[in-house]
Amino acid sequence: MHIVICIKQVPDSAQIRVHPVTNTIMRQGVPTIINPYDLFALEEALGLRDSHGGEVTVLTMGPPMAEDALRKALTYGADRAVLLTDRYFAGSDTLATSFALSHAIAKIGESFGTPDIVFTGKQTIDGDTAQVGPGIAKRLDLLQLTYVAKIASIDLNAREITVERRSEGGTQTLKSKLPCLVTMLEGTNEIRRGSLDDALRAARSQIVKWSAADAGIEDLTKCGLRGSPTVVKRVFAPPERAEKAEQIDTTEKTPRDLADELIAGIFSRQPGLENELAFNGGA
Amino acid sequence: MKKGLPAHFKDYRHVWVFIELERGHVHPVSFELLGEGRKLADKLGVQLAGVVLGPPGEATWFAIAEAFAYGADLAYIVETPLLADYRNEPFTKALTDLVATHKPEILLLGATTLGRDLAGSVATTLLTGLTADCTELDVDADGSLAATRPTFGGSLLCTIYTLNCRPQMATVRPRVMAMPQRGNNQVGRVVQHEVPMVEEEIVTKVLGFLSDGQSAKANLAYADVVVAGGLGLGAAENLKLVKNLARAIGAEYGCSRPLVQKGWMPADRQIGQTGKTIRPKLYIAAGISGAIQHRVGVEGADLIIAINTDRNAPIFDFAHLGAVTDAIRFLPSLTELFTHRLSPHSRDKLAN
Repeated sequence: MHIVICIKQVPDSAQIRVHPVTNTIMRQGVPTIINPYDLFALEEALGLRDSHGGEVTVLTMGPPMAEDALRKALTYGADRAVLLTDRYFAGSDTLATSFALSHAIAKIGESFGTPDIVFTGKQTIDGDTAQVGPGIAKRLDLLQLTYVAKIASIDLNAREITVERRSEGGTQTLKSKLPCLVTMLEGTNEIRRGSLDDALRAARSQIVKWSAADAGIEDLTKCGLRGSPTVVKRVFAPPERAEKAEQIDTTEKTPRDLADELIAGIFSRQPGLENELAFNGGA
Repeated sequence: MKKGLPAHFKDYRHVWVFIELERGHVHPVSFELLGEGRKLADKLGVQLAGVVLGPPGEATWFAIAEAFAYGADLAYIVETPLLADYRNEPFTKALTDLVATHKPEILLLGATTLGRDLAGSVATTLLTGLTADCTELDVDADGSLAATRPTFGGSLLCTIYTLNCRPQMATVRPRVMAMPQRGNNQVGRVVQHEVPMVEEEIVTKVLGFLSDGQSAKANLAYADVVVAGGLGLGAAENLKLVKNLARAIGAEYGCSRPLVQKGWMPADRQIGQTGKTIRPKLYIAAGISGAIQHRVGVEGADLIIAINTDRNAPIFDFAHLGAVTDAIRFLPSLTELFTHRLSPHSRDKLAN
């Protein structure tokens, strides 16, 4: 079985700061990580390979430094890494990104065997759109299974896959066919620690580097800014709230007095709440 | 008029809202979107349509009546048993076909699991732009959709345009837009649309559905009162303090992102940019510092109460009232006093 997984190198958003004067992102010193949702997908891919045999190819599109994320994925046990990098991709929105990645996946198929499953994380933590996975599926005419919590079974002979998929208010069990694209939810599995062998192999591995032309992309107008129907017109800081919170000071107050004061403050601001809370709970 | 828009796109008119119907229920986000769509349609001087894809039967027609009640001028419907349970293939086909035939200028969907699954496929099929998780929608002077969304984890906002492509598509998360007033009108023009599809063409089959039930999963987004805990609680076992307070005042409980990352609470209880957006009447944040990612998810609350030891924590910048104290020590007292204060009312209610 050949599994392709798309990952993205993202800034650790918990550590991003905005410059207070210029309202620009301060990237300096912000560490990059593999998008956390992609790690769950990677673990799922590696687990399937271990139980069904085959290979895992990890793919990313990004600047040359994204090679670090690929090497990390190799240390976890991926078999092969492909970096799709070209200045023509700069400024890609989700439509242009899915265009480029789908070409790279098709090229991976030609070069290393047609993938049975393409994995992505459910979304990235920097863009948060959850649009690239479905975009790739549509471009490659793959069946798409999004928000998958668990792959229940795979039957390679019958070319069937059964998954549990989160939806609003419940879990759907879906049976579909291979090849397909799966986007994985968070928290479904613990990412493995790579073995020493994997670490050594990762350090020695050649990462396959493809330009747009290498990936077989002929129409560069569909890449990057030119290929992106959405355009960012304006970036700005969220407006500040005029008033800050009224703080109740705790100095020389017992928790009980403080609670009394806080509850009084709540009900004086929202008088209707008291009856409502009493109705809901309070017994 | 619209600069650079190819002539054949000028036929694209009207604002459409996808009415999300899954297993007989309309997702409230659809009504929130109709409220927003109404404003856009009025500014553009065009009609607002609800789009309903569903199986033949009462629930589907009820969804249409509700779309009219929440402000739609007309409704498009594709009615076939193939659309009973959500599957990407038939829904993508039906919606893509409708759009290609009737040509809306703007198409809005809820950023739910269903909406996001569908929107990505439809936009890619139509090769048009799609802006995810918008927090504000407007039309500018030349009639283009200006879609504003958080970027960089909520630290900044950006306004996005879809140039030279139609329709202009956007998703909006539940509870980001206010629920509009429901009117009395439940009738309007209905356009029925046939999409040739047979079950045999659809590869994906639904084997089963396990509902979360009433209590098992959080209904955070639509709760009137929410209590949430953050890293300031120090340890997983202290989350019971949050749950106890929630139980005492009939609230839902949730948490900030780090707690999910630590595995202290499941992801569907997470509040913020990558979790749920909430819009309660009362929100109590215990031990949450109030990073911008969290702020984005709670700003719609009527009253925000912060409990935090650090008087300079960012949460106090957007909370209305705060107690500068240790949540671990304070929550039990708060719970006790709430219970004490509320219980006479409960007794009265029970007596009546």
